[in-house]
Amino acid sequence: MATLRDVKVGQECTVEKLTGAGAVKRRIMDMGVTKNTRVLVHKVAPLGDPIEVTVRGYELTLRKDEAQCIEVADIVTA
Amino acid sequence: MAETTYIALAGNPNCGKTTLFNELTGSNGYVGNWPGVTVEKKQAPWKKDRDVELVDLPGIYSLSPYSPEEVVSRDFLVNDRPDAVVDLIDVTNLERNLYLTTQVLEAGRPVAVGLNMCDLLKERGDVIDAKKLSSMLGAPVVEVSALRSRNLDKLMQQTVDAARDGVATKGVRCFSPEVESALQKVQAIVGDTAPADLARWYAIKVFERDADAIEPLGLSTEQLDAAEEVIAAVEKSRDDDAESIVTGERYDWIATVMDACVKKAPRQLTTSQKIDRVVTNRVLGLPIFAAVMIAVYWVALVAVGTPATDWVNDNLFSDGFFVNSASQQKYDADTAAYEDGHYADKIDGFLAAADEKGIDTSAASKALAADDRSAADERAIKAFEAEAAGVVARDVPQHDGDGNLTHDGGKVVTKLDSNGNAILSSGQKLDVVKTVTLADFKKAVNAQEPNPHDYAGFVDSVPSAVTGWLQGAGASDAVVSLVVDGVIGGVGSVLGFIPQIFVLFVLLCFLEDCGYMSRVAFVMDRVFRRFGLSGKSFIPMIVSSGCGVPGVLATKTIENERDRRMTAMLTTMIPCSAKLPIISLVMGVLIGADNGAWWVAPMFYFLGIVAIVVSAVMLKKTKPFQGEPMPFVMELPDYHFPSIRSWALHVWERVASYIRKAGTIIFAAAVAIWFLSNFGIAGWKGGDGSFGFLQGMAGAPDTYMDYSILAGVGGALSFVFMPLGFGNWQATASTISALIAKENLVSTFGVLYGLGGATENSVSMWQGFAGMFTVAGTLHVGAMCAFVAFNMLCAPCFAAMGTIRRQMDDPKWFWFAIGYECGFGWVVGLLINQLYELIAFGSFGFWTVVAFALFAAILFQLFRPMPKWDEKDDHILQSLSEEPVA
Repeated sequence: MATLRDVKVGQECTVEKLTGAGAVKRRIMDMGVTKNTRVLVHKVAPLGDPIEVTVRGYELTLRKDEAQCIEVADIVTA
Repeated sequence: MAETTYIALAGNPNCGKTTLFNELTGSNGYVGNWPGVTVEKKQAPWKKDRDVELVDLPGIYSLSPYSPEEVVSRDFLVNDRPDAVVDLIDVTNLERNLYLTTQVLEAGRPVAVGLNMCDLLKERGDVIDAKKLSSMLGAPVVEVSALRSRNLDKLMQQTVDAARDGVATKGVRCFSPEVESALQKVQAIVGDTAPADLARWYAIKVFERDADAIEPLGLSTEQLDAAEEVIAAVEKSRDDDAESIVTGERYDWIATVMDACVKKAPRQLTTSQKIDRVVTNRVLGLPIFAAVMIAVYWVALVAVGTPATDWVNDNLFSDGFFVNSASQQKYDADTAAYEDGHYADKIDGFLAAADEKGIDTSAASKALAADDRSAADERAIKAFEAEAAGVVARDVPQHDGDGNLTHDGGKVVTKLDSNGNAILSSGQKLDVVKTVTLADFKKAVNAQEPNPHDYAGFVDSVPSAVTGWLQGAGASDAVVSLVVDGVIGGVGSVLGFIPQIFVLFVLLCFLEDCGYMSRVAFVMDRVFRRFGLSGKSFIPMIVSSGCGVPGVLATKTIENERDRRMTAMLTTMIPCSAKLPIISLVMGVLIGADNGAWWVAPMFYFLGIVAIVVSAVMLKKTKPFQGEPMPFVMELPDYHFPSIRSWALHVWERVASYIRKAGTIIFAAAVAIWFLSNFGIAGWKGGDGSFGFLQGMAGAPDTYMDYSILAGVGGALSFVFMPLGFGNWQATASTISALIAKENLVSTFGVLYGLGGATENSVSMWQGFAGMFTVAGTLHVGAMCAFVAFNMLCAPCFAAMGTIRRQMDDPKWFWFAIGYECGFGWVVGLLINQLYELIAFGSFGFWTVVAFALFAAILFQLFRPMPKWDEKDDHILQSLSEEPVA
């Protein structure tokens, strides 16, 4: 299954499931990335990592390793 | 007096909470840390009613158990039971802010909700139905503007009323029927174990398997097993873990609230997004970051900060200054004229010439050296002049302000023979005064060095003014020395940094408050993650190249506690400006002796950077810095211009806390070092062997420090540095005295070798320094470099130590930091010295083996894979079923 890591800049997707456990998973969810949320990948940092996404109307940044814990579907170019 | 009402202020980071706190309190309260963590705690009474005490909780997104900020907030709400809670919400980010609100509402306390930044929302065209929101949340809702101070009293009044009523907010019914019924079951299982108003809170925490949160309940194994059964059933039917189910459902409920209460206007690109298009741009991001850093460095350390600090140090605490520029110019011109006269050289030359002619000069020399010439002195000089009428001295060498011989119009002679005579290369010509006649001598004898006190508009420096005042009051020399050298010298070193710290924090607080700091982390994360630090660690290190004190203080902006501690520990390893005199001393010795080259100074910066990277990688693999990986999942808040008031308060808080905490420790330490270096036993030839204030005793030589307690301590501790090649007591003593301020290393050498006012640019100082490391006629470069490396890396000056202590706010961490720095510095010194001895002298011994063993240990720690520690994750997931809770 595709993860948020695979989503290109400018594409939008829907969160299907969060893998992983503990602090990272909880933090991602606390920041509003939960099941069925729409996420727009906005930007990649100058050195290629982390990425910036728009979720629930604000800008969130996370590392690609963490993005890999987010399984997504329904990827469309916004 | 009415009983104090405690009100906690909760909210997301960047929701305007600090602004609200400052507006409500005027911020004259207590700023410290929460116990045991480096998280800041602020507390102050409400301006309008001093019986209401506000406690500012750290900005958090959730009450989860994963970060120290969240844990202290949760513990405060649940254990310390504030009388009411203000939950401040940034309405431009309503969805995510309400997530914390749903949790705060469950904490069993009366809650009032403030909707902040409503004005911004109106600009966007969105509309919020506050009444409806209030009824859905089951708590009073007030629209406020913290920035414009609107409706704040109304919000506070609602909160205080709620606190007086004491009716806890129920918490919203945000869960699906399935989860809700499971929660009811859990609540029934927990039963009376939890206090009534926290029944639902604990039911949810048990459901989430938050082991830390439910520990105080002391649930029995039967209760836990029963709860586990309920939880497992829900998890199975949902195919998800309980924590995720709870979080997901909270957000789902918030979505329904959003639909009911908010009408959103069509989205446009916000200003913030437009700025970010440039600032965190893939191409421009790094150059902009570099430009901002250079600007901060330049303004704080080059343009404003350092000159201001130098001004305070040089004028207020050293030489005094002029308020009148005409006098200043006249004084400068007179001083230059006096120096051009080379009067001291002329006198010395003339005396030497007279001596050669067989004229007795001893009485005249003694008379000339006296501070205040008595009538007898004057007579002695007159008598000498009468005798030396025909003497003419020729080719008298000139000295510059540092006491160095010069050649070819002011160039310093860098090579001297053992008698202190210049060794010149071919083509060089010593600067000399061609002839000195008796007339010249008379003129020189009567020449007065310009005294600034004689000029209009001169303000005396603090030490000099206090010395005069104390002497006028009849204080003993020991008291004058204690007050002037000990207290004023020590406290002055703190005060001197204030302008620099102030300027720096004006800039840093702006970058932080306007939202750029988060972008720094975004842009630089990739680089710093490699060695276990965060992108924000860069700023303290840049700043530390100027001064470690603001550098350590700047770690406040790092959001991860482990990174914060690690950066505070390591950042002082970058050579600061006070260490530059030590570096130039070494350069002088090496280049002056033709052994070294230009690369010495950059090498010490390189050493600092390598030391930090190596330490970071090593420490990351040790237990205190280990733990679950900290997620880098971070909000990039909207840019906004901070209110001047809140910006100013932010700066003031930082500066004031530095003065308070760093000031006290430095005061004590400076007095202690003063005592050690000025008191001792009069053991010199003709001394009476009694203990006391050395300078005040009869016949004390210029090198009185040789007899001080410091010398004794240095001697006793010198064995520690034997393997590093500098096991003499002078090196140890100056290392200790350098703890007051690193540049003291140089001046202490001056005193120890009786060089008086020699500076790091004096050839005589280079020779003295080189002499300390000369073994059988050869300069021991290894020992010298080891000595300098140790002094660069070991514990910083007391000002910086005081700041580290304040930042760590935990004696254990403080001593760990100091201990690590000294230990690491020692090991690096050992490696340098042993390696040099092996290569240059071919000596191989016990310490060589130790050096190689330590080197291997460092390499092992550097390259071994990350060790596995008990992960807290598993602990939380398993503890419910396993733990027979005590």
